[in-house]
Amino acid sequence: MKFLNKISKIALVGAVTAFALSATPTLAQTLRLLTWGGYAPENVIDKFTAETGIKVEVTLSNNEEMIAKLRATGGGGFDLAQPSQDRVAGAQAEYDIYKPMDLSQIDASQFIASMLDATKGQTTLDGDVYGVPHVWGTSGLIVDTTKAGDVKDDLDLCDAQYEGKVSYRLKRPTLIGFAFSMGLDPFAAYSDVAAYTEVMNKVEDKLIECKVNVKTYWSGGDEIMNLLRSGEVVAAMAWDTGGWKLNADNPDITFVAPKAGALGWIDAFVLPKKGKADEAAYKWINFVMQPEVAAMITAQAGNFTASLGADAMADDALKSRFQGSFPPADIDNIKWYPPVPAGLEAIEGGVLDRVNASK
Amino acid sequence: MSEKNQEIPDLETVSVDKSFGDFRAVKDVSFSVPKGSFFSILGPSGCGKTTLLRMVAGFLEPSNGDILIKGRSVVNEPPNKRPVNMVFQHLALFPMMNIYENIAFGLKRRGESESVIKQKVGEVLERVGLPGVETRQADQLSGGQKQRIAIARCMVLDPDVLLLDEPLGALDLKLREHMKVELKKLQSEFNTTFIYITHDQSEALVMSDQVAVMNEGIFEQVGSSRELYYNPKTAFVAGFVGESNAWSGTVEQVKKDSVKIRTSSGFTLMAQTKGEDIKKGQKVKAFVRPESVRLALKAKEISSMENRVKGIVGNVLFNGANSRVLVQNPIDGAEIDVAIPQTGEFASLAKGQTIHIGWQHDQARCFADKSGAK
Amino acid sequence: MIGPRTKLGLILVMSPLLLWLTTLIIIPHLDMLYVSLREKVGVRQYEFGFGNYMTFFTEPLYWNTFARTAYMSIMATILTLLIGFPVSYYIAKIAKGRLKMALFLLCLVPFWVSELVRTFGWMILLRETGVISNFLQWSGIVNQPVEMLYNDAAIMVGLVYTSMLFMVVPLVTTLDSLDDSLIEAGYDLGASGFAILKNIVIPHAVPGIVTGSIVVFMLSLGNYLTPILLGGKSSLWFTGMIYSQFITRFNWEQGAAFGFLLLGLSSLIVFVGLKLSGQTLAKTMG
Repeated sequence: MKFLNKISKIALVGAVTAFALSATPTLAQTLRLLTWGGYAPENVIDKFTAETGIKVEVTLSNNEEMIAKLRATGGGGFDLAQPSQDRVAGAQAEYDIYKPMDLSQIDASQFIASMLDATKGQTTLDGDVYGVPHVWGTSGLIVDTTKAGDVKDDLDLCDAQYEGKVSYRLKRPTLIGFAFSMGLDPFAAYSDVAAYTEVMNKVEDKLIECKVNVKTYWSGGDEIMNLLRSGEVVAAMAWDTGGWKLNADNPDITFVAPKAGALGWIDAFVLPKKGKADEAAYKWINFVMQPEVAAMITAQAGNFTASLGADAMADDALKSRFQGSFPPADIDNIKWYPPVPAGLEAIEGGVLDRVNASK
Repeated sequence: MSEKNQEIPDLETVSVDKSFGDFRAVKDVSFSVPKGSFFSILGPSGCGKTTLLRMVAGFLEPSNGDILIKGRSVVNEPPNKRPVNMVFQHLALFPMMNIYENIAFGLKRRGESESVIKQKVGEVLERVGLPGVETRQADQLSGGQKQRIAIARCMVLDPDVLLLDEPLGALDLKLREHMKVELKKLQSEFNTTFIYITHDQSEALVMSDQVAVMNEGIFEQVGSSRELYYNPKTAFVAGFVGESNAWSGTVEQVKKDSVKIRTSSGFTLMAQTKGEDIKKGQKVKAFVRPESVRLALKAKEISSMENRVKGIVGNVLFNGANSRVLVQNPIDGAEIDVAIPQTGEFASLAKGQTIHIGWQHDQARCFADKSGAK
Repeated sequence: MIGPRTKLGLILVMSPLLLWLTTLIIIPHLDMLYVSLREKVGVRQYEFGFGNYMTFFTEPLYWNTFARTAYMSIMATILTLLIGFPVSYYIAKIAKGRLKMALFLLCLVPFWVSELVRTFGWMILLRETGVISNFLQWSGIVNQPVEMLYNDAAIMVGLVYTSMLFMVVPLVTTLDSLDDSLIEAGYDLGASGFAILKNIVIPHAVPGIVTGSIVVFMLSLGNYLTPILLGGKSSLWFTGMIYSQFITRFNWEQGAAFGFLLLGLSSLIVFVGLKLSGQTLAKTMG
C-alpha cells in the first residue's frame, strides 16, 4: 500500500510538472494577431519575419467576435487586435480587455496626422489612449446600374420595384445607414438613450416594412458578392471594396456613396490586456505603416490605410474606382462612426431581433 | 363423397424443381402426404430439405412443378394466404408480445372477434397442456413450453398442413427425447398432417409414419422407418439411416443375389444384393449394422458365418444398452463397430484383447457405388 | 488488500474521464449558470437575479422563436424518421453484402465534408440561379427562375439531410437484430405487410426509433448554420438568438440564460415525448 502511494505521488508530481512546463511560453518570438481578412497578407508577413525574426500567427475575425473572444479570455490569447476605432472605448469601459498604448513606441511620422489624432481622440478612456488607426474605408451601396440605376440612397432599396432583389446585413451599420437615409442623426443621439431608442424604433418600422424587398440578410462578404454577381440581387448595402472588386469583373456593378452619406470606419490597432509580445506588436505597427508595406495591404484588402504617402503607390485602377464612387463632395459627406457608448448594443439588438422575427 | 375426400392427399408436390443460379437445390421431387400423417424429410444439411419446405410454406417459388394442398394448387398464393403454417427452427415467437398475443396473432389477422379469439386461445393452450400462461412473456417459459406455444400458435389456425423446420435442434438431449414423444402425441391429438424436416435420423424414425430420405436435391427413398432401416434402397440411405459399417470394393464373384467383394486393402466379404443388378468387376459399397455382427471369444462359435474376422479390441464405448466395441480388422487396419450383447458375457472386454467377429452374408447389404460415377 | 487496490486502480483509470468531464463540461456550465444569474444594471455593475430568465417569458419574441425552433425540429425529426425508416429497413433487411455496405457508406458520405460545405452545396442547388432552377427552365417546366432558398422548406431539407445518418445508424442496428424468421412467421400466420410492420417490425425497432429521434431532435434544435444559411431572412432559430446575444449584443448574461433555457426546455420536450410514446430512457439504452 505504502509503495503504491509513493508511486502515485511520483506520478502526480510528474504530471503536474509536465503540465506546468507545457504552459510556459515558447522562447521564439511570435506575434498573435487578431485581425480582418486581407489586413495581414502572406507577402507582408514574410517580409516582416525576414526583417525581425518574429513569427506572425493570424486569426481572422470581425468586430463582434474580436470583442467576444477577448472578453472570454479577459484580454488574453492575442498580442495585437484590430477592432474598428468606434468599438474600442466602449468595450474597454465595459469589459477592460485592452491596455493603453505607449505612443512613444510608435513612429507617428508614418501616419496621416489628422487621422492619427482623430483615432487617438476616439479611443481615449480616462486619459489613456488605446488605439492608433490602420485601414479605413466606407460602407454604402453596391448597385447593378443597369437594373437598379436609380438606387441612390439606402431607402431606395425599399422601392416596390426591387421586391425580393435587394440585400443587406442584419447588423448595426444597416440601422445607422437607414437612420441617416431617413433624415435622422443617430450619432447625435448616441449619448441619449431615450433619443437613440426613438431613432431605432423608427428604423425598426422601416426595416420591417422593407423586409419584403429583401432576398436574404447576407452575413459574409463572399455571400453578397455571389448574390450580386449572379444577378439574384441588384442592389445591396455593403462595403466599398466589395463594389470595386465586382466592378473589376463587371463594369455595370459598382459602389455608390448614398446621398445621405457613406458610413466611414477606421480599423485600429489595440493591445489586448493580457498580450505577451507588446514589443513585437509595436514593431508590426511601425512595419505595416511604412508606405510601401501599406500599399501592399491596400492591394490585398482593397482599402486605403492611414499610412502617409501610401496612397500615391496604390494601384491606379483602384484609385480611379475610388474617385468614381466618391466625388469630392461625397468624401466630405462621409459619416465617420463616433465611439459607441457602452450599452447601445442592447437597444440595437432588440431592434434587430424584432426585424428578424417579423413576417 | 367421404371416400373421395380420403383419397385427396393433404399435400402433394409434382416434379418440384428449384434452382439458385446454376445450383439446383431441389431436383424434380414428387411426393404426396396422406391426410393426418406425420411425414418427415430426413437429410444432411444442404440436401435441399429446407428449400423444399420453404416452397411449401410459400417463402420460395418453385422454378418448376406444382404444389397442391388438398388437391388445390397453391404456387401462386403468397405465404399469408396458404392454408399451411410453420414452426420455425428457433420457433420465432414474437418477443414483443405475450403468449396470448402470440397465439391470437393469426386469428386477429383473420378478423375473428375478440371473444372467439379468447376462447380459441384458451382451448389450444389447454390442448398443448399449458393452460393459464396467457399473460407470460415467451422468455419466461422453458424450452419445451416454448415449443408447445409455437405449435399452438399454428394449430389455433387449424391449418391443413403443419410444417416443422427442425424445431428440436436447439433443445438439450434429454428434452429432445421427451419432445419427440410429445410431438407425436400432439400430432395424433390434433390429427393434422405434420411435415417435419430434420437431419437427426432418430427424430425422424421415432415420430414419423413416413420418412423421405433426401440427398442432393432428390428423394432417395420414401417409406416407413422400419423399411428404411431394414430395407434401404440406396447406398446413401443405408449409410445415413442408422449406424453402419461400410466398405467400398470391387465385385469378384456373383452368385444369385450374393456377391463376394474385395476392398482395395485386400479384405474380402460376402454380401447380399437384394434385386439390384450387380455385375462382376463393378464398384460397390457394402453395409453391415453393428448389431448384426456377432462377437465371440472362440472362433468356432461363429464358424457358420460367411464373414469372419479375428480382430483386436480397440476402444470399448460404454453407453448402457447401446454399448459398442471397436474391433480392429488386422487385414486393412480399419475398425469395425460392433454392438455388445446385453448378456454380460462380454462385460469384461478389454483393449488389446483378441476377439472373433462374424456376420451372415444376408446381413451385409451391397449397393452399386454411384459416388464415382458423377 | 484487494479492495483499496482495485479502488486506486479504478480512480487511476477513471481520472482522465473525470478530469475531462469536470474541466470541459461541468466547470464551464457552472460558470455559465453563474453568468446567467447576473443581471446587468450598469457599466461593469451586476446584480444577482432571475431577470434574464424572466425576459424569455415576458418577451413573446423569444418564446415564439423557441416554439418555432422546437416545432421545426420536431417536424424535421418526424420527416427524418419517415424517410430514414424505409432506407434503414432496406439496408438492414433487403440489401445484402456489398450493396448493404455501399448503401450504409452512402449515408455517411455527407459527413466527409464540413457542415458549412454541405450547406453551401444545398445553396448551389436551390438558389434562384442554381442547378435545379436552371434545369427546370431548361426543361421548359418553368419559364422564369425559381427561388427555392430562403424559406422554411429549405431549412427542413437541410436539417433532414444533416440528420439522416443519426437516424439511420440506430435504426439499421436495431432492425439488423430483428430475426428474419419473425417476419416470415408473421406472413405465415396470415399477416399482411402492413400488419407485420405495425405489430412486429416497429415494436422491435422502438429503441432505435427513440434513440434516433432524440439525437435528431437535439441536433436540429442545436443547429446553427443550416437554418441561418438556408433560411435567409426567414431564418429565425433559437441558437441564432443565443449567438446574437453573446456576440453582437455582448449580452452574455442573457445568452447564458437562453442557453440554459434551451437545455431545460429541450430536455422537457424529450421527456414528454418519451412519456407519450410510453418509453423510458433506460429501456432505450438497455
